[in-house]
Amino acid sequence: MFTRTVASTLLRASARPAAFRAPAHALRASLSPWAPLSGLTPFQARLISDQTRTAIDKAVASAPVVLFMKGTPETPQCGFSRAAIQILGIQGVNPEKFAAFNVLEDPELREGIKEYSDWPTIPQLYVDGEFVGGCDILVSMHQGGDLAKMFEEKKVLVEGEAEAEKKE
Amino acid sequence: MAQISDESMREAITQRLGAVHVTVTDMSGGCGQAFTSLIISPQFQGLNSLKRHRLVNAALKDEIAAIHAWTAKCQTPDEYERDQAKDKAKASESADVVMG
Repeated sequence: MFTRTVASTLLRASARPAAFRAPAHALRASLSPWAPLSGLTPFQARLISDQTRTAIDKAVASAPVVLFMKGTPETPQCGFSRAAIQILGIQGVNPEKFAAFNVLEDPELREGIKEYSDWPTIPQLYVDGEFVGGCDILVSMHQGGDLAKMFEEKKVLVEGEAEAEKKE
Repeated sequence: MAQISDESMREAITQRLGAVHVTVTDMSGGCGQAFTSLIISPQFQGLNSLKRHRLVNAALKDEIAAIHAWTAKCQTPDEYERDQAKDKAKASESADVVMG
C-alpha cells in the first residue's frame, strides 16, 4: 500500500516527475519469464527463438502499459529510458496498469525485443499489446497531446486525474 | 563498417531517404556513438510518426546497429517550413518585446 501511495503522489506531482514507480508485482514480473533463458549465449540469440517470442508475448500482455527499458523505473540506466519513465509519470499512468522490463537483466530479451518490435533502440513502449514507439515518438506524442489522448482512451491513467484537471 | 561520423550519416540520409534538408549532430563528443538528427524529406508525406521512424530505421539499419544512441526528428518539407515560420514569428515577437 505504501508503494501505491507514494507512486500516486509522485504521479500527480508533475513538477517533480523524476521517480515513476512500477508496482512491486510489475518488477517481479520482469524477472520470472526470463529465468529459463539465462543459459543461452548472445550468439544463440541472433535469431529470435520461439521461446523468446513467447516470453515477450507474455511480457507485452502483462499490463495495459508496458515499457521495455534499460534499468528500472526507480533507477533508469540510460537517459532515453529515463525520459520515457518521466513522460509516463507526467501523464499520470496508473502504476497498477503499468509494467517495466529491464532489458539489461537478460541479453536474450535485450536483442529479442529489437527483432520482435522491428525497432533498433530501447526504450520501447507498448499499450494494449500494440507497439507505440521509442523515446523520440513518445516525446513528440507527449508534446503534441496525442499521448494524453491515447492514455485517456485506453483508460490507463490514475483514476480521477482527468476529472481533477477539468475542475482546475 | 567504417567509422560513422556526422558527415557520413548526413550523406546516407540524403541519398537513401531523398532528404531535402538534414542536420546531424554528433552528441558523443567525437567517438561516433551518439547522433541527433533532423530529417526533412517528402517521403514522410502521409506517414504517421511511427512509420516515418520505421522508414528511417530501415534505411539506416547498419548504422543504427553500430552506434549507441540515435534520435531523429522526421518532417515533411511543408511541416518544416511551417515550423520555421512559427519560430520566426516567435523571434520577432520577442524582439518587439525587448525593443518595446
